[in-house]
Amino acid sequence: MNPEFENLYQALSKVDGYIYPNEIELSWSVLIVLYPYITGLVAGAFILASLERVFNVKSLKPTYVIALLTSFAFLLVATMPLVFHLGQPLRAWEIMMTPHLTSAMAIFGFVYLWYLMVVLVLEIWFDYRYDLVIWAREAKGIKKWMYRALALGSDDISPKSLKLDQKLGYIVTVIGIPSAFLLHGYVGFIFGSIKANPWWSTVMMPVIFLFSAMVSGIALVMVLFVVINYVRKQKIDMLCLDTIAKYLFYIIIIDFTMESLDQIHRFYEAEESFEIISLLISGHLNFTLLIMQVGIGMLLPLTTLGILQFYKPKDNLRIGIYLITGILVLIGIFFMRWNVVIGGQLFSKSFLGFTSFKLALIGSEGFLVASIWLIVPFFILAFLLWLFPPWKKTQLEH
Amino acid sequence: MTEKISSLSRRNFLKNAGVTAGTLVVASTLPSFNAVLFAAVKRNTKGPWYGIAIDIEKCIGCGTCAKTCKIENDVPQEPFFFRSWVEQYTIRKDGTLNVVSPNGGIDGFTQTVPTDQIEKTFFVPKMCNHCYKSPCIQVCPVGATYETDEGIVLVDEKYCIGCKYCIQACPYGCRYFHPEKKVVDKCTLCFHRIKKGMNPACMDNCPTKARISGDLNDPESAISKFISTKNVYVLKPHLNTGSKLYYNALNQEVR
Amino acid sequence: MPLHLKRLIMTGVVVVLLFLLLKHALTPVSFGQFGHYRGNSITEIAALPIHFVGNKSCKSCHDTIVTMKTESYHSDLSCEGCHGAAYKHIQNPKTEKLIKPNTREFCGKCHSINPARPAKAIVQQNIKDHHPEANCVKCHNPHQP
Repeated sequence: MNPEFENLYQALSKVDGYIYPNEIELSWSVLIVLYPYITGLVAGAFILASLERVFNVKSLKPTYVIALLTSFAFLLVATMPLVFHLGQPLRAWEIMMTPHLTSAMAIFGFVYLWYLMVVLVLEIWFDYRYDLVIWAREAKGIKKWMYRALALGSDDISPKSLKLDQKLGYIVTVIGIPSAFLLHGYVGFIFGSIKANPWWSTVMMPVIFLFSAMVSGIALVMVLFVVINYVRKQKIDMLCLDTIAKYLFYIIIIDFTMESLDQIHRFYEAEESFEIISLLISGHLNFTLLIMQVGIGMLLPLTTLGILQFYKPKDNLRIGIYLITGILVLIGIFFMRWNVVIGGQLFSKSFLGFTSFKLALIGSEGFLVASIWLIVPFFILAFLLWLFPPWKKTQLEH
Repeated sequence: MTEKISSLSRRNFLKNAGVTAGTLVVASTLPSFNAVLFAAVKRNTKGPWYGIAIDIEKCIGCGTCAKTCKIENDVPQEPFFFRSWVEQYTIRKDGTLNVVSPNGGIDGFTQTVPTDQIEKTFFVPKMCNHCYKSPCIQVCPVGATYETDEGIVLVDEKYCIGCKYCIQACPYGCRYFHPEKKVVDKCTLCFHRIKKGMNPACMDNCPTKARISGDLNDPESAISKFISTKNVYVLKPHLNTGSKLYYNALNQEVR
Repeated sequence: MPLHLKRLIMTGVVVVLLFLLLKHALTPVSFGQFGHYRGNSITEIAALPIHFVGNKSCKSCHDTIVTMKTESYHSDLSCEGCHGAAYKHIQNPKTEKLIKPNTREFCGKCHSINPARPAKAIVQQNIKDHHPEANCVKCHNPHQP
């Protein structure tokens, strides 16, 4: 027997009820779970940064640059799981060259490029240009040439130019907020617009994706803020940390409300697909959804952060609680993506049965490969923090 | 007293009649809505407009169609890849539903439910519906799947990037990912045969001629007569796919 | 306008131009001919090989059997539905032989009793009880049942 099909024969033996014969194998696997997760982190981190820049939440200033660089580091990796999951990765360029405009997925290439080049790169550039010029003057050797090239050879640090930088950076951030919404909203739309799949097809899908993206992005910046300050042996700005946690709390409430509304609505209307979806939630997804996504990923952080709004324990304890809460939220949102992508393919479109999914350890769509794509952005971020250290930046008023 | 009432009721009558007449006039100027059969209407002024018709009352579940299709189109023989398959539905007297399709029906069927518990049982052949408003074409990001002028939905295997979005979008489960070519594949209505004036292979080999395909533009074709004389159904009409696969005597339980 | 902004805009323009050049170079020649797809795909798919050749091809050599069949209950059946695809056989009739299925299971695929089979669509027989000692073809000529 061809070893390639061995896991398919196994899946065949585990079929529950009736599925269309082509539905045995899940088309979209863990790499497609990763993509919305990563772009969610990108969009969420950026929204947090824009809270400071556009909405003038001054207490968040210490996280502004970290949030931007995090967003950038993750965006660089975001395309990778997508390209590698394709049946024909070498043809990936076709999406950019002949995009089919009725397809939400076709927008991907352009929204991604727009967000990367025009929003993130420009915003970081405008914020760093002054420092790039200073560092180019001070550095030696290859680093000097790197900084000079990144500053586009400019040596201009006149107050007039700096003011222009600030103004343009502000405009870019303002454009960046709806762009971030688009970047992640369209991912939700990719699922939400599939009328064939009742687990995906809901008006709420882009909204839910967006808010859970914001939750994960804010949680990520919170965790990174704690870790980076710990590594650098710096005292943490508690006001900043408390503010991040506060915003995280609010956004989790909104996200939880949206998701609950979606499920309550399904339960109440009890359409044709209700029977199979109830079985899906209580059966195949009972661990990943009820326990991991809702219990550990939402209710526990919600309660904890809620309590901390009224009663604030000592600084060190609080930092520890925030750190753990942030990690739990990140895990919970990963499972939210998992439940959407994998959950939507576990039940048959005949609504009469289930197939099964086993995450392999090795292989092109296995656990190891997925872990690599999750870890690489952190290395990129570390590199960016080395190349463009936020703490060596001249603090300019925004 | 009586006079007042009768003049009131006459006024009411005239008022109601006026309102009704006015509504009728306005309503008749509204554009007509499309029937589900809209997809079958004469289209493609340059040539045939293909549709498929399957008669449930003739299908004996021999599986020859599914077997033939795999051979004609070099579909991998493993039981995970089908361009066409047959399902056996059994509705029990206790109101529960049982559906099976062992190896797509290629090896035939056995009935495991005891006869005295069976309320209804029948076979349903399935294949690509070659939808007129196909959701699978809508979602393809690069233009690798398309509808020809004759109404046949095809996949360009040299251009498909294998993103599998179309597999997710097809409500009927007709598409699969080819394990060797690494692109998406599906029923082509034997395009290579109908272009040479032959029938699709599954239809030629069906022993009871339960499956036919033909030109919906031609009122004398077997399929046009099928549609006008029989009570035809499409699968999942509420999804508005413009399916051109018309079943005769399709039971409402069929998914 | 400061120098760095001018250079920024220039970079942007160059990137866009490069993209348009790439798009022109990489888009397949026949793309967009009939719609948003590669026009050549239609001819490629139409040129795929045919495996089931049809009864007419069988008749040109096996005239007697085919004629006998057309006057029987099996008249509507295609030869290849039972005997398999004949595209190789018509190229090399001596070396590429088709199968001659004669087992009870084979006939049973169509004719065995199954409540899902409409009674008026086909004759059905209980192949477990009906003369289990012999193959069906011993008494029933498949080309003249």
